[in-house]
Formats: sequence, C-alpha cells, structure tokens
Amino acid sequence: MKPQVFAYHDPSSVEEALELLARHGPGAKVLAGGQSLLPLLNLRLARPEVLVDINRIDSLDYLAEESGWLRVGARVRQRWVERDPAVRRAVPLLAEAVRYVGHVQIRNRGTVCGSLAHADPAAELPAVAVAVGARMVARSRAGAREIPAEEFFTGPLSTALSPDELLVEARFPCSPPGWGWAFVEVSNRHGDYALCAVAAGVCVADGRVRDARLAYAGAGPVPVRLPQAETALREGWPLEDALRAACSEARRLLEPEADIHASADFRRHLAGVLTERVVRLAYRRAVDGAGGARA
Amino acid sequence: MREPVRTIQLSVNGQASTVTVPVRKTLADVLREELRLTGTHVGCEQGVCGACTVWLDGEPVRSCLLLAVQAEGHQVTTVEALGTADHLHPVQQAFWENHGLQCGFCTPGILMTVVAFLREHPAPSREEIREALAGHLCRCTGYQNIVRAVEDAARRLRPARG
Ligand SMILES: Cc1cc2nc3c(=O)[nH]c(=O)nc-3n(C[C@H](O)[C@H](O)[C@H](O)COP(=O)(O)OP(=O)(O)OC[C@H]3O[C@@H](n4cnc5c(N)ncnc54)[C@H](O)[C@@H]3O)c2cc1C
Ligand code: FES
Ligand code: FES
Repeated sequence: MKPQVFAYHDPSSVEEALELLARHGPGAKVLAGGQSLLPLLNLRLARPEVLVDINRIDSLDYLAEESGWLRVGARVRQRWVERDPAVRRAVPLLAEAVRYVGHVQIRNRGTVCGSLAHADPAAELPAVAVAVGARMVARSRAGAREIPAEEFFTGPLSTALSPDELLVEARFPCSPPGWGWAFVEVSNRHGDYALCAVAAGVCVADGRVRDARLAYAGAGPVPVRLPQAETALREGWPLEDALRAACSEARRLLEPEADIHASADFRRHLAGVLTERVVRLAYRRAVDGAGGARA
Repeated sequence: MREPVRTIQLSVNGQASTVTVPVRKTLADVLREELRLTGTHVGCEQGVCGACTVWLDGEPVRSCLLLAVQAEGHQVTTVEALGTADHLHPVQQAFWENHGLQCGFCTPGILMTVVAFLREHPAPSREEIREALAGHLCRCTGYQNIVRAVEDAARRLRPARG
C-alpha cells in the first residue's frame, strides 16, 4: 500500500464534513475526485492524518443556471460539465477549456471545484475562473463567504481557503450578448498540463473590440490576468495593431518559470503567439454570434 | 496510528463480495490482491499510464486513484468481464488480429477505455481514436497497431448495432 495510514470519513452532509474539518484542522484533507490528491498520497508527498471524502454528499451534486450565473456544486465532475449542452451555451469558455484537463478517465472522477482548490498554476480551470470573473463559495462552521477568483489563487497550489473551509460551489457568470470566448493551449502531449494556455473573451460591437478579458495558465505562480493587454485590445485600432500591442504586453509583463518541460523564454514566446491566436478566435466567434461554440 | 479498516460490499462484474480492507488500499490493489482479479494491471500508481483503468458505473476511471472503500455502492467492471479465452470480445479479437499488443501489460486498461469509447463513438476518426488512447502508455507494441486495432474493432462492432 502506497499512502501513509490515515483515518477516513465519508460524511453524507456538508454540516458533518465541516464539523470534521473544524475538529481536525490542518491534519485533515478534503478528498473530492482524488485525481490530484491520490497521486500525492501514493507518492507520500501528502501525508494527511484524516481524509474527509465529500463524494457521498449528494447535496453538492448540482449544475444549475440561475440569475445569470452557472452554479457548479463541489461534487460535479469535469466530465459532466464537458457533456452538458447548457454549459456550452452559458459559459462557453468553461466548456471548451475543460476538455484540455487530463483524459476522459481523469475527468470522469475529477471535479471542477477540486481543480480550483488544487490551484496548479498550469491548470486550465483556474485560468478560466479568472478570465470570466468566477466567484468561489467557501463554507466553514463559522459561515459562508464568497471569494472572487482573482483573490482566491494566492500562489502555486495555494488558495485563500483556510483548512476548515470547504469550497462548496464555484459560480461562473453567464456570457453576456456580444461576447466571444476562446481557449488555446500548448502542452507536450494531449492531456498534459499546459506549457502555456490563454483564456480570452472579447466584446465586439461594430467590428471594434469594446471590452476584453485575458488570463494565462503556466505563465506565473497563479493564473494571471493581464489588464494592460486587455486595454491594448480595447484601445488599439485597427485590429491588427491592437493584436500586436496586446501580444507585446503579454511578452513584456508575464514572468513564467522555467522547469523540466520548458524554459521561461519559450513560455514567454508561447504566451505572445497564443495571445494572437486566441484573440482572433474569440473575435471571430463574437462577430459570428457563436459565443464560444467549437466549430 | 493503528491501521483503520472497513468491511465493505463490492460489486465487481455483477458479483457481490464482502471484504475487509485497510481504508488506504486502492481499488486496484483490492481487485488484484483480495479478489484475485489480476487482469487489472498496476504501473505508475499516479494516474498516468492507464494500465489500471476499470469502469465505475460504466465509465472508465483509474483504479489506482480510487480507494476501494469509495467503490462501495457502485458497479465495478474489470477486463475479466469482457470476454473469455474461447469467446473473445470483438475488441479483444481485433487487438489480437491486428497485433495490437505485444507483452500485454497495457492492454487490459486500453480495452476498458476502447470499449467505452466505441459505445459513444461508433465510427470514430483516426484523430478521435488517438485522443481516446492518449490516456494510455504502451511501452512495446507501438501505437500504430493499437490505432489500427481500434479502427478494426469499430468496424466489427458496427454491423451488430441496431
Ligand atoms: C494523468 C493526469 C493528468 C492530469 N492532467 C491535468 C491537466 O491537464 N490539467 C489540470 O488542470 N489537471 C490535470 N490533472 C488533475 C485533475 O484535473 C484533478 O481532477 C484536479 O486537479 C483536482 O480535482 P479533484 O476533484 O480530483 O480533487 P482532489 O484530487 O480530490 O483534491 C485536490 C486538492 O484540492 C482539495 N480539494 C478538493 N476539493 C475541495 C473542496 N471542495 N474544498 C476544499 N478543498 C478541496 C483537496 O484537499 C486536495 O488538496 C491531471 C491528473 C492526472 C492524474
Ligand atoms: S497504475 Fe493507475 S494509471 Fe498507472
Ligand atoms: S503491449 Fe507491452 S506495454 Fe503495451
């Protein structure tokens, strides 16, 4: 057996789970899809004393559109989001990006909230959350609070959650009319984490970019939003000039890390190339009124 | 800490069995060591190689990334349920005839993925087949024959549909 000995709880209600987290403090770990936690346990890189498995909590299994928000409960598997046509309509960026997460076998278990809570800087869904301005709903015994995505990710594999808090839901704003979205990624192999990925949205009226959102994965310690590049897209004209300015802002401002997969320079280069690619795609979708539908 | 154990009811290939297992034991290890279903192979134990792929309620998952206690109340299906030596599953037959395996270590996991994949994509393109296989590592056959085997398996399964 690979993991170190731990005590295992699989409560059937959120209240019980919060009680367990409060009682065991930092020695406890939440187990959601297990697609990041189990490898860490098997390698003994994580050695929690207590696991609080949330897979038996049926009340966390909902995916619903409500008052302009897509609400994703903590037990919703990535595969559900990938298959649901309502997600494609409401938050097309999420639907497009989730297919880049690992493989089918991983997405059949892995949860959307688990990926956000895990906060890998090269992960796709945190970049999506930052790009669209998602909000995280955290609960502890003390109560509930909402954390904007840009404040949620605090460093590599770290978030604003405290050890006694459960991420019960992630809320993604539904795409407003006039916007087009796109997600592009370069990775070494299909299903790998991104070497660099860009999530983009542009709002187009009369052919001109009125508003833009850009977020990068694999380009810093957390998913990075680039307001300067967004401004360049909004203010530049013609489109070719705006694109050139946005790409040069991306290359100038991003500070990716080097690792065994790619050098920092290569990642910075990719960020520039992908910025152009993703904005063109999002722009075309906005103009076609396709939102973010895949061709 | 004393080793926490739990007695669970597992439903594997339609058969119920009761086992008492350490809570930290993965489903892959329980299948192999307790239930003696050694068709499910264990390679990397970190979700990468795909050798341990089984179905949980009909969907392919990594059994090395699932604790056995988590499988209670769910239907587990392993490669042993696909065919027998005398009556191979059409996908197994296609792998055999197309030289889609050599040592066979990766094969059970690939079969579980491919059978589920062909259910949803009865007439897949070569690109779709490659994407479906991306979650599996084969260290000796070479992927060309595996892709060919999947194409052939799709053909074999198609007329039977309807
Ligand atoms: C082979 C392989 C390839 C992969 N490729 C990618 C990839 O390309 N891109 C990518 O983004 N990911 C990838 N992953 C990881 C996968 O996306 C995970 O599903 C995801 O990172 C974690 O989600 P989970 O539900 O499995 O969480 P778990 O593994 O259960 O948990 C991960 C962490 O988050 C915490 N946590 C989980 N849920 C909550 C919650 N509700 N509240 C508080 N804390 C919580 C856990 O305590 C743990 O620390 C890959 C994994 C594998 C095995
Ligand atoms: S042993 Fe499970 S994926 Fe390699
Ligand atoms: S047949 Fe030997 S590893 Fe695939």
